[in-house]
Amino acid sequence: MSAIVPVPPNTLRRAGRRAGDWAPAAAVLVAGILVWQGLVTAFDIQRFLLPKPTEIATALRENWTFLRHAALYTFGEAVAGFVVGSAVAIATALLLARWRPLGRALLPYAIAANAIPIIAFAPIFNNWFSLVSPIPKIAIAAVLVFFPVMINMLRGLTSVHPSSIELMRSYAAGEAATFRRVRIPNSLPFLFSGLKVASVLAMIGAVVSQYFGGLRTTSLGLFIKEKAALALFPEAWAAIVLASVLGVAFYLAIVLVERSVLRWHPSVRGARAG
Amino acid sequence: MPRPAAVSLGGVSKHYAVPGGPGVTALAPIDLDVHPGEFVSLIGPSGCGKSTLLRIIGDLVQATEGQVLVNGKPAHQARLDRDYGIVFQDPVLYDWRTVARNISLPLEMLGWDRQRRASRVAEMLDLVELGGFEGHYPWQLSGGMQQRVSIARALSFSPALLLMDEPFGALDEMTRERLNGELLRIWQQSGCTIVFVTHSITEAVFLSTRVVVMSARPGRVIGIVEIDVPQPRTVDTREEPRFFELVTAVRERLRKGGAAEAEAQAEAELLLVEEER
Repeated sequence: MSAIVPVPPNTLRRAGRRAGDWAPAAAVLVAGILVWQGLVTAFDIQRFLLPKPTEIATALRENWTFLRHAALYTFGEAVAGFVVGSAVAIATALLLARWRPLGRALLPYAIAANAIPIIAFAPIFNNWFSLVSPIPKIAIAAVLVFFPVMINMLRGLTSVHPSSIELMRSYAAGEAATFRRVRIPNSLPFLFSGLKVASVLAMIGAVVSQYFGGLRTTSLGLFIKEKAALALFPEAWAAIVLASVLGVAFYLAIVLVERSVLRWHPSVRGARAG
Repeated sequence: MPRPAAVSLGGVSKHYAVPGGPGVTALAPIDLDVHPGEFVSLIGPSGCGKSTLLRIIGDLVQATEGQVLVNGKPAHQARLDRDYGIVFQDPVLYDWRTVARNISLPLEMLGWDRQRRASRVAEMLDLVELGGFEGHYPWQLSGGMQQRVSIARALSFSPALLLMDEPFGALDEMTRERLNGELLRIWQQSGCTIVFVTHSITEAVFLSTRVVVMSARPGRVIGIVEIDVPQPRTVDTREEPRFFELVTAVRERLRKGGAAEAEAQAEAELLLVEEER
């Protein structure tokens, strides 16, 4: 009988339950920081091994103006790489799904290319463009993003129930209509799992490629490298924390978009059903 | 001018090529006419090619030989003209569409405007008794309700012919019997022709005006049983003596088909043995 009763919206209770869902994770975060602080103090751990959270917080405050600027710039590079890489990946997946022989010819190379450690190209890319230009960083992030997005999207476009295609054929639908009404909607959950992986990779690509050089005022990566070399560990850690927070924020932003786009999907259903 | 047959099969066969072998004959030449307004069931053991035959009628699978006419025109043209609706064993609803938008899918393909679509969807929801569920997603419905949505979608653009491939095969017995009753009501209201694939004898007899009995590999028609149980059929129909007689008649045809098949196989084996000698 339960299937027959329309589900009431009950927004308030859902919001309360969502806050309840987050509480344990937040408690773990706070506890983790406290334990960190406590252990470092109790065992008098050397600063170069692990600074105290309070020292990192101080370094963060003292360097805030610089760090904020560099972090936002780095984040901008990551986002630009993400957008370019994802766009090219989605277009490629559509092409390969539409013309299967093309896919069979190119896919082995795409998979082989994925095995290449892209980050190793960072110094080369810096030479191709310019050391102080954001383009090599964006390019590294874009190349990193490309593969997981392309392969997930392609899988989503091609793993369609045969009867779904027969149904479209019974309506005398052409390829374009079948893509628009079946293959593309079917691929969206796959696309989003690719994009979530990609958001993390884009941030890694941007920060790590800055290790190989860049404009000092705009590079979180260069800052981490230089402060670590000068034994200014709390400063390096402050930049790492900032990069991590931005990475998590980027990931969560993708999750939010996913939830609103895929209201019908099991992962979102699960979140709603609690 | 007399109306053309809803479906007319002339010497339709299907042969699958197997690399390096003689291939498999799925359907031996089949001749069959389905008249407008009829409810014809195709019944046979699994692997007898009844689903393939249904797909050949729908131009989703190509016959190797023979002529397939739907409403008097080649099956390919009939598909392009959207002359039939189809219901599969799985509901095949699109998860990303609500019930209403699943039902209106063929209407979108036909280019109906929004208002016309909405009023037809409302009619269809009434027909399959799912009023109030238009905003639900498929996963929020039970299997039986999903299949009713699938039927509503197939009928939404009023095709003259409805092809059904074991639509209730995955449902429990009680749901199945209830939906059998609903399908008969829908059939009578809409006046469409139905070709229905099943492997349930009682279902075939309860629903049909004619039952076409098929044998396994290669699939061929081994008997046609006219079902003269009067309409409208109800729950009580299933307990009438005539109903049981017809169920027995269909079952015997099926069994004879199986016996003939076994005989043919034994004969072939005997031939082999003789050849070896």
